[in-house]
Amino acid sequence: MTPSTIELTVTQEDRRLATLAAAAVGLTLAEAAIPLPLPGVKPGLANIVTLVVLYRFGWRAAVWVSLLRIVAGGLALGTFLTPTFVMSLAGGLASLLVLALLVRLPRRLVGPVGLSVLAAFAHIGAQLGVVAVWLMPGVNLLPLLAVFLGAAWLSGLANGLVVARLLERTP
Amino acid sequence: MREVLALLRVGDWLLLLGAGMTVLLLWQHGSGGDRVVIKREGRLYLETTPRLDREIAVPGPLGDTVVEIRAGRVRVKSDPGPHQVCVRQGWLMPGQVAICLPNRVSIERGVVRYDSLNY
Repeated sequence: MTPSTIELTVTQEDRRLATLAAAAVGLTLAEAAIPLPLPGVKPGLANIVTLVVLYRFGWRAAVWVSLLRIVAGGLALGTFLTPTFVMSLAGGLASLLVLALLVRLPRRLVGPVGLSVLAAFAHIGAQLGVVAVWLMPGVNLLPLLAVFLGAAWLSGLANGLVVARLLERTP
Repeated sequence: MREVLALLRVGDWLLLLGAGMTVLLLWQHGSGGDRVVIKREGRLYLETTPRLDREIAVPGPLGDTVVEIRAGRVRVKSDPGPHQVCVRQGWLMPGQVAICLPNRVSIERGVVRYDSLNY
């Protein structure tokens, strides 16, 4: 056999990121199977992985895991490059930006719960922003925004508590 | 329960509170999106929902302007003004305004958007 001309060297960190991203993709897929009252209201369980990675391995790793999760999740769910995917990407990028800012705050004051709630807000805010600018311009989304932000508050709190617990268990 | 509360730090409480307040405020504004606003002489006379069927007589300098709200729609049923412009406008679309100028009454349907910086 001719030796491959392309040699991909896989570092230990690559493997770790891939494993974590796989966990996040798993959660995304499991979540897609749960029937939910409103389309678009999801618990966002994959954000638990993103947050744990952020605390453990830093922001760059969190960006990798999050983007890999969005692309792989989109491929698996068949939404890759559809409007759903664009919304997911916009939400993911917005929450990563918020996390980049918030993680600089002193750990003593702000923990995973605060980060989780604000990241969830950024996520849904960016998604509705995409809807308002691109998908349904001119529609009054304000009543929807309240519903979605309410859901984001709840899921952000729940996910944040899970993250705090996970970090506490395995310091 | 106590274990769970111990996971929250000061900043977390503040952020949760602020975020919750934002949701509540938006909730109120959101439900205020579907409104009927009646003004007399430029001042707010009545703000109500288009969901309750009713007729409202708004007294002006010429007499009563009668506003009809039925099945989520709003129109000026009768007006003492000479040209009947606001009556002929018929049922108002969301965001539309009917102005009965001679009687100094205006009826606005729908989207009330407060400018949170200037309001």
